Amino acid sequence: MTTANAAEAVRMRNVSMRFGGVRALDDVHLDVSPGEVHALLGENGAGKSTILKILRGVQPPTSGTVEIGSVPLATFTAEAARNAGVAMAFQEMSLIPTLTVAQNVFLNREIMTSSGLIDDRTAVAESRKLFARMGVEIDPSAKVSDIPAGHRQLTEIVKATSQPCKVLVLDEPTTALSQNEVERLFDYVRQLRGQGVAIVYVSHRMDEIFRIADRATILRDGKHIITAPMSEFTLESMIAHIIGRRSRGFSDVVRETAMIGEVLLETRGLSGSSKPIGIDLTLRRGEVVGVAGLLGSGRSSLARVLAGVQPMTSGEIRIKGKVVSIARPRDAIDAGIALVPEDRARQGFVAFHSVESNIDLPNLDRLSTKTLVDRTKSAALAESSIQRLRIKTDSRKATIRTLSGGNAQKVVIAKWLATEPEVLILDEPTAGIDIGSKSEIVTLIRNLAKSGKAILVLSSELQELLAACDRILVMSEGRVVRDIARHDLDDAAKVDSIDSLQHAEQKLNKFMQEARGGIIQ
Amino acid sequence: MTDTAASASKFSALANWREYIIYIGFVVIFLVFAATLGDRGFLDPNNLLNIIRQTAIIAVVSVTMTFVLSTGEIDLSVGAVAGLASVATAMGIDQFGIPGGILYGLGTGVVVGAVNGWLTTGIGIPSFLTTLAMMGIARGVAMWISGTAAIPILSKPYAAVFGAGNIGPIPSLLVWVAIIGIAGHIVLRRTTFGRRVLATGGNETSARYSGVNTASIKFRVLMLSSVAAALAGMLYAGRLHSGRFQFGEGDELSVIAAAVLGGTSLFGGAGTVVGSIMGALMIGLINNGLVLMGLEFSQQLIARGAIIIIAVAISQTRKR
Repeated sequence: MTTANAAEAVRMRNVSMRFGGVRALDDVHLDVSPGEVHALLGENGAGKSTILKILRGVQPPTSGTVEIGSVPLATFTAEAARNAGVAMAFQEMSLIPTLTVAQNVFLNREIMTSSGLIDDRTAVAESRKLFARMGVEIDPSAKVSDIPAGHRQLTEIVKATSQPCKVLVLDEPTTALSQNEVERLFDYVRQLRGQGVAIVYVSHRMDEIFRIADRATILRDGKHIITAPMSEFTLESMIAHIIGRRSRGFSDVVRETAMIGEVLLETRGLSGSSKPIGIDLTLRRGEVVGVAGLLGSGRSSLARVLAGVQPMTSGEIRIKGKVVSIARPRDAIDAGIALVPEDRARQGFVAFHSVESNIDLPNLDRLSTKTLVDRTKSAALAESSIQRLRIKTDSRKATIRTLSGGNAQKVVIAKWLATEPEVLILDEPTAGIDIGSKSEIVTLIRNLAKSGKAILVLSSELQELLAACDRILVMSEGRVVRDIARHDLDDAAKVDSIDSLQHAEQKLNKFMQEARGGIIQ
Repeated sequence: MTDTAASASKFSALANWREYIIYIGFVVIFLVFAATLGDRGFLDPNNLLNIIRQTAIIAVVSVTMTFVLSTGEIDLSVGAVAGLASVATAMGIDQFGIPGGILYGLGTGVVVGAVNGWLTTGIGIPSFLTTLAMMGIARGVAMWISGTAAIPILSKPYAAVFGAGNIGPIPSLLVWVAIIGIAGHIVLRRTTFGRRVLATGGNETSARYSGVNTASIKFRVLMLSSVAAALAGMLYAGRLHSGRFQFGEGDELSVIAAAVLGGTSLFGGAGTVVGSIMGALMIGLINNGLVLMGLEFSQQLIARGAIIIIAVAISQTRKR
């Protein structure tokens, strides 16, 4: 792969970046060869996004040089980087929802007819060819707002690669993809690699990294830690490099048998407008119940109905045996149900407001006397939340957007814990969060259950469910199709924790696939 | 505190200077006018009081506009509602005396506010369109019921309280600005309602998930805006001893400009009442200075537009 005389596709040397007094990157090197899939790894805040911003030209480094195909990048603009051959598929979707797939793919470089008008028909045909190359069927004339999230993500990637490029940056490209779509994407990535494209691959999903990457560079706290071929890493050693000495992934989560008490939440035949359908759920004090299910299984709809965000159409919800009517989020909060929602940035917080006012928001009535917000109480709540959840922030006055993903998520959890709920629902609690913070949040979930709350965790990351839950429900097509005790997934023969976790994951995965098959037949 | 905390706070102080641009700009413009126009009576206490008198009505409405913009909505009908309320008040006083006038004036605000609020939150028409249409309707109703004629107000006590009089050396208009301004500041900064207003504009989805009834917040804010606009109309009526459909014409733009100059975001979620009042005063200051410079009306319009654009451009750069 790497030959001594071949020009590197990317050559970043001594790159440093300072924001005010904060050093985001400190003398970092990154070399990516043509025809290589190079994983860029690190926790949130390690400097990955900063280095990607420099690479795609939107931010000049404080010092250091960047060469693309041995030509130094002289000016740092998105256009200059694009012209040098850098293409990027965005993690935060950059598609325009009101345009069609084809119009998005050819956005800003539309195909024209001979009379100088936009030729949508050719664009659709060309897009269809591009999707065929990836081996997925997406209708190019469909509006982006009408296609599922997974298709949007693939469209993003097709858009990035629709022009020839030397370097392709894929930032968390699989978050919305089904297993099958991930396979298609990997085939496509290998195809591009075969054509000599250098691919920078950023993901929190280690299993994918081990399958697709040739080499990896690991950053931690803005510093370059190691660059090595994948064959020289094990999962353990890789995690060790990423998180340093702070934590050991999920294997350090202690799932002691908690004192499981009386029933706190019970639903009978709970249904929403299209999903969920007829959910019977029982949640006891001290219990963590997981909900697994592929995209579109109705997981998040169940959470939204319970939290009063989405209307319930039939069935009943009981809290401690008493039927409650939940029509609005306020009703759920008053009934003692709190939801840490799926999409943090959109549903969880106000990004440019302070940590303190975000924590205050669902608790304002309790923090005020005669509608005047008590500043002492508000400050005390924020300070105690920051300490209790060990939120890393300059102060309670800092805005959420200055926080890393993991710490922002802790603020969202803190604001809901302050409502003193009996039932806490967490939807994708660790999405887009680095491994260290992931295990910290799973441990937090365990501790909350121990302190007497009933917890429902919805997640697409099976390892996380296995680490956190006492019982796992599998959902498919809006229904609960399976209810499995966590210990039934363990294999007595395998004692080693990493192995046993992997084994349980395989078993759960199989159950999920079977559940889908069962529905289809 | 640690080293990094100290440097971080220094960094944020540096980044925040633009938030104080309204105060810096105010002082700079004041000093420039004082130096160049001092001999033409700019610093005369009477002239300074006059600036306040002329901007007071804009300032009152800019307080509630701060709330409207902070929820991410807009109210373009305030100027027209002021005109309608001035006519309604004059008719009320004519028929039933002062209490009737106050009832008619405030009633105008309540009715328009309810309609604006219901159309925006109940039907779901964007407030930009609701209030744009309401601007025409309110102005039209005012012309219709007054027969496009001014309706005189002969009540001296009414005029004294609502805008024309003084309390000792202080113009009553200034008292109104102080009362509304202080109340608005406390409500926005210190009450649960104010915090919910900012959250609604900051991220409506997140606010809804957090149990905030965002529709009710928006309804109430649009109601407040119309009532304040009606009060502005009553102040016009008092100051100029009549009700006229033309009163308040174009005020919606001055009011929005004042709020934005004062640091309120047009996209919602951020705003200060004190800033908006300073913004209104700055607009008054500029108007006054341009008149004293002896510019023609056409030149004043151009200069005023250019100064507002420069000030807003500077205050908005931090948002990117």
